[in-house]
Amino acid sequence: MRKTCLNSVYDLARRDDRVIFIGSDLGVSTLDEFKNNIPERFFMEGISEQHIIGMAAGLAMEGNIPYVNTISVFLTRRCFEQIVLDLCLHNLNVRLIGNGGGLVYAPLGPTHLAVEDIAILRTIPNMTILAPADAKEIARLMELTIEHDGPVYIRLAKGGDHIVTPDDQEYKIGKSIRVREGKDILIITTGVTLQISLDAARSLASKGVEAGILHIHTIKPLDTKAIIERLAEVPALITVEEGTVIGGLGSSVAEIVAEADFGQPKKFKRIGVPDTFSDNFGSQKELMEGFGITAANVAQTALELIDVKSG
Amino acid sequence: MKRIEDCEELAKIADELRIDILEMLHTAGSGHTGGSLSAIDILTALYFSKMNHKPGMENGAERDRFVLSKGHGAPALYVTLARCGYFDKSELASLRKLGSMLSGHPYSPSTPGVEVTTGSLGQGLSIANGMALGLKLDQSKSVIFCLMGDGETQEGQVWEAAMTSAHYKLDNLVAILDNNGLQIDGFVKDVMGIEPIGDKWRAFGWEVIEIDGHDMSALLGAIDKAVAVKGKPSLIWAHTVKGKGVSFMENKASYHGAAPTAKELEMAKKELNPA
Ligand SMILES: Cc1ncc(C[n+]2csc(CCOP(=O)(O)OP(=O)(O)O)c2C)c(N)n1
Repeated sequence: MRKTCLNSVYDLARRDDRVIFIGSDLGVSTLDEFKNNIPERFFMEGISEQHIIGMAAGLAMEGNIPYVNTISVFLTRRCFEQIVLDLCLHNLNVRLIGNGGGLVYAPLGPTHLAVEDIAILRTIPNMTILAPADAKEIARLMELTIEHDGPVYIRLAKGGDHIVTPDDQEYKIGKSIRVREGKDILIITTGVTLQISLDAARSLASKGVEAGILHIHTIKPLDTKAIIERLAEVPALITVEEGTVIGGLGSSVAEIVAEADFGQPKKFKRIGVPDTFSDNFGSQKELMEGFGITAANVAQTALELIDVKSG
Repeated sequence: MKRIEDCEELAKIADELRIDILEMLHTAGSGHTGGSLSAIDILTALYFSKMNHKPGMENGAERDRFVLSKGHGAPALYVTLARCGYFDKSELASLRKLGSMLSGHPYSPSTPGVEVTTGSLGQGLSIANGMALGLKLDQSKSVIFCLMGDGETQEGQVWEAAMTSAHYKLDNLVAILDNNGLQIDGFVKDVMGIEPIGDKWRAFGWEVIEIDGHDMSALLGAIDKAVAVKGKPSLIWAHTVKGKGVSFMENKASYHGAAPTAKELEMAKKELNPA
């Protein structure tokens, strides 16, 4: 996914001379061609994330479109203030590409986990947040970033993910994707947990439960209209995300559900990283299992929700 | 804008702007007095003599850019912009009020002539670097001026930026240090010393030009010299006095964020405009 994303930046740069790449001490051989062919618009900075955000802001003020790439957590957690003031307040065309969104860097420990990136960035006016599910989707979304007005955060996954996003739908920033139809329960998901949701839906189908899936590649602005429309058709919902349940996708959907008037209350569970630091290292997959961000747990939770409802 | 070269005339403008600052802050009942008075000679030299700019060309590609990294010096910037004609002087009385175009710190969306929103210290030089790089890409002749406080340079991000300006040989960037020796809590040297200032910036790859920041002819000369430097960024290290021009405010940390009372305003005006 990262390779596809960075290749897209190069493609965009070849077509549009407003495009600039800024990295922070990354060994990205993927971008050698960019560096060799358009050296004047290729910047590999030192380890100075806060400064990079300001510098990207200055470049954008002069009419450029900088694509900034480094490790997600350092881009978001460390630079929150610079993102708010330098980028969002000035509503500048800067794209932040975060490597290792969620639990990707689990083996490196808690300093490297980007679990609250979505939750914190979502509070900032003018911010757009993208969390694609696979390489095909990132390629589609990257194309759209060039003409998008205002700052964008792009959360990258580990890569090598199965291609699960459908071809037959329109990809637009701010538009959700109907991945699966089902009237018993709706699973709302973002980023790579789309795969987990699909596996869960298949397992539920084998038990006679039809789960719909709504994939949210744009967490902000959120496709509130589609979420309400889909929710009107089901009695229960689950949100699944590889990030904190406080303030992330689950919270965003909860806000919509709380304010919408469905007549009948909805059964609702959020699955994601709970309110705790992880003292486990291990792999991303192992951490996800520890937090219950698995197909088995999504399916089990769905069954419990529906049972409670009918029982 | 017409460029004034006569130092006496510029010094007179600066003193009149000092009165504008004090009146504005008195009317608002709050605001940053000391650091505005220390910076106003620098702003006067830039806006009335050296910078290529004019009201109405706020987005003109050929303009020189000014970034007030020490955003709390907003009063000095506002009186300067008003006198240049970016907005009407009557606006000054609305500082910090609901519906005003003048926020307590520079806010670019609402104030004509303000390039960058600042107020969180330590961020301006990074933005100035980005602008300078952008101008180089466009092969522009414009210059970026960035004014920082001495206390402000305790922020780590300033040094990330300083390193970067030199790495990219940003000779279209001129930083100015308003070295008034004070911050909120007292003297910079007591709170967290930043000396040796010149050696630090030189070690970071900058040309350092040390002057008396209240000497108009030194300011004009330093700006010319800084703009002429090739292959590296320049720092004008301006020795200033916090509260400059009003004897009872000079060198007093207590006037960092305190507006003058009616009595103080009267006394200050007498000192600044003895006639
Ligand atoms: C990041 C940040 N921290 C703290 C402040 C609060 N603050 C405003 S002015 C100031 C002192 C600044 O000292 P200096 O840079 O020397 O400015 P001057 O003395 O010229 O007013 C402080 C701490 C701030 N505006 N931004």
